[in-house]
Amino acid sequence: MAAIFQGAGAAAALSSSPSNSIDSKKFLFSPRRPYSGMKGASFVVVRSDGRASLDLNPKGRRAQQLIANAVATKAGSSAASSSSKPGHELLLFEALQEGLEEEMERDPCVCVMGEDVGHYGGSYKVTKGLATKFGDLRVLDTPIAENSFTGMGIGAAMTGLRPVVEGMNMGFLLLAFNQISNNCGMLHYTSGGQFTIPIVIRGPGGVGRQLGAEHSQRLESYFQSIPGIQMVACSTPYNAKGLMKAAIRSENPVILFEHVLLYNLKERIPDEEYICNLEEAEMVRPGEHVTILTYSRMRYHVMQAAKTLVNKGYDPEVIDIRSLKPFDLYTIGNSVKKTHRVLIVEECMRTGGIGASLTAAITENFHDYLDAPVMCLSSQDVPTPYAGTLEEWTVVQPAQIVTAVEQLCQ
Amino acid sequence: MALSRLNCFSSRSANLLKTLSSAISLRRPISTDTTPIIVETSVPFTSHQCEAPSRSVETNPKELLTFFRDMALMRRMEIAADSLYKAKLIRGFCHLYDGQEAVAVGMEAAITKKDCIITAYRDHCTFVARGGTLLEVFAELMGRQAGCSRGKGGSMHFYKKDSNFYGGHGIVGAQVPLGCGLAFAQKYSKDENVSFALYGDGAANQGQLFEALNISALWDLPAILVCENNHYGMGTAEWRAAKSPAYYKRGDYVPGLKVDGMDALAVKQACKFAKEHALKNGPIILEMDTYRYHGHSMSDPGSTYRTRDEISGVRQERDPIERIRKLILSHDLATEKDLKDIEKEVRKEVDDAIAQAKLFVDT
Repeated sequence: MAAIFQGAGAAAALSSSPSNSIDSKKFLFSPRRPYSGMKGASFVVVRSDGRASLDLNPKGRRAQQLIANAVATKAGSSAASSSSKPGHELLLFEALQEGLEEEMERDPCVCVMGEDVGHYGGSYKVTKGLATKFGDLRVLDTPIAENSFTGMGIGAAMTGLRPVVEGMNMGFLLLAFNQISNNCGMLHYTSGGQFTIPIVIRGPGGVGRQLGAEHSQRLESYFQSIPGIQMVACSTPYNAKGLMKAAIRSENPVILFEHVLLYNLKERIPDEEYICNLEEAEMVRPGEHVTILTYSRMRYHVMQAAKTLVNKGYDPEVIDIRSLKPFDLYTIGNSVKKTHRVLIVEECMRTGGIGASLTAAITENFHDYLDAPVMCLSSQDVPTPYAGTLEEWTVVQPAQIVTAVEQLCQ
Repeated sequence: MALSRLNCFSSRSANLLKTLSSAISLRRPISTDTTPIIVETSVPFTSHQCEAPSRSVETNPKELLTFFRDMALMRRMEIAADSLYKAKLIRGFCHLYDGQEAVAVGMEAAITKKDCIITAYRDHCTFVARGGTLLEVFAELMGRQAGCSRGKGGSMHFYKKDSNFYGGHGIVGAQVPLGCGLAFAQKYSKDENVSFALYGDGAANQGQLFEALNISALWDLPAILVCENNHYGMGTAEWRAAKSPAYYKRGDYVPGLKVDGMDALAVKQACKFAKEHALKNGPIILEMDTYRYHGHSMSDPGSTYRTRDEISGVRQERDPIERIRKLILSHDLATEKDLKDIEKEVRKEVDDAIAQAKLFVDT
């Protein structure tokens, strides 16, 4: 049985810092890089021997360059971090699959369980081909029994196995809420630190195209209160692969939120191995006038609005927060200190969503730096309607984002 | 009947008399004919913890004709939904019932509208069997206000309160505890009705089903759990998902019956039996051995996990509509032309409903 190992850097940072109220002046997370506009994604690599290293100066290891954010950034930014290799193009679901496959090759303890993940190849093809390659014991087709198979995954994780549990749609995981909350989140605490639960729970969520109320849920708002879990949301093929790998390597239970509408995004990603920091936000577009915080699908609505805003003479700074729990208040704080205005654009409902928590966190920590109250654009507090026109109205649209920025910058 | 007596005449006069008789309608019109006919089900019932009902089912021409018409209507409706989906007028999820019509139709024939039915997301035909109109179906599927859920529910959320049809549920298995709750309310108000909670072979492995069954048995609730076993939980065959795919036995202490779900008369007999049983002895499980021609939903081709031969084999040998057609023809209840006319009528009805639904403004 695999030894339980602690990723020293990440775990220490997590246990020592209370979630959302770090003093922005103190660096509590080890992989801090000075905010200078450099776009490199430095990361903590937790190696199989348990030592965490800040990977800036690799010696005696395969050279790992600082990989640039592959998303378009403002012209004139540092070019030092561009990758010299051309990389390869793929779709987001393929990036997830690549990350998963690499981790399964690397560590025999990694297994996948979920409905139709094996022979069928996954309802969104994320696990395609894995069953043929790794066999039925490592890629497990479960019956439709979320409550029980999530529980089994957690039990296996207690012994050191590293299951990746797929919810065919995140909404289905509500059936396993008891398991996720009480066992996945709290066992580490209630066992006095004896057990870690290195499980990854992943799946698509968010509002799709007329999938109906039950299949358009945003589980991040329900799960965010569960103590002991970590939540990340991917939005590009690049960060999808990176976050998948990091989540699997993490000793903590990580919930990886994918989005139904983003699976076919295409991007060129590096050939060489990389992971993304689970607790780090992504600078999408540096700017001066206003900080727009977003994640997952809304990132694209924000970027669409940003085009309009730039034409109107505004200079928005767009940050993809990626880490939903804990928030990367370091990156966010630095941005607030620069622009003094914050707009949050999210897909959660108005009540009790990620935006609500983020608003509170920013107000608590950076109140003195704000020139205007934090504005939060969220989905409406309604079950998502089936009819397309109604569905559109419940979700934040680019025009609303433009209006909000204009209001904020008066 | 009347025609067979004409066989002893010369063929020419027989033909003359035949045409004459159909003109004068010496036969009683089948649409109101309730002369009992006894038909044997295709296979005997298999039972668990109870005695199986007889395989001789009483029916009549009117009922058989109604079966034919209703199933033809449902079949046409589902095929039309397929086209609408491909034309992008129906979006999101759409789970079609073609092949399984006998379950909806046979069940309805054994019960009243005071009995409750609840099912999962493959609910279009069950809704129609409960009295829902085609307009309500297509309007809902296309997201119009005239839909049964005012365009807000979609394919998986059809309901009809006045006929005690409780939906229409997207989360696999979640409807079974709801169904047992319906049975509790019926017992509480002592109204001598039963509740049918339908689920699939995929949902049969849900824990909440067994939890709900336990309580129903403890409290003697008039709950009938009906497993529509079409042998595939989306892409996973039943033998790969269930250690014991004998779903009618899975109730353990709860009696069960295995039924040929492609035989509307067998379904009717089983549901009649189950209703009597549930009112006296508490919950019972019915396993309907059925088959879906389409994939799990419109996004599933339905051919990666089963062979086309299997699908066409079932269609040739067990199709529910064909069975009733053969029954009608062999008993001389109608001519081939009559039945073809019905199918044409039904097709027109469906097309008209779609056209009407399209007129409504998109919600």
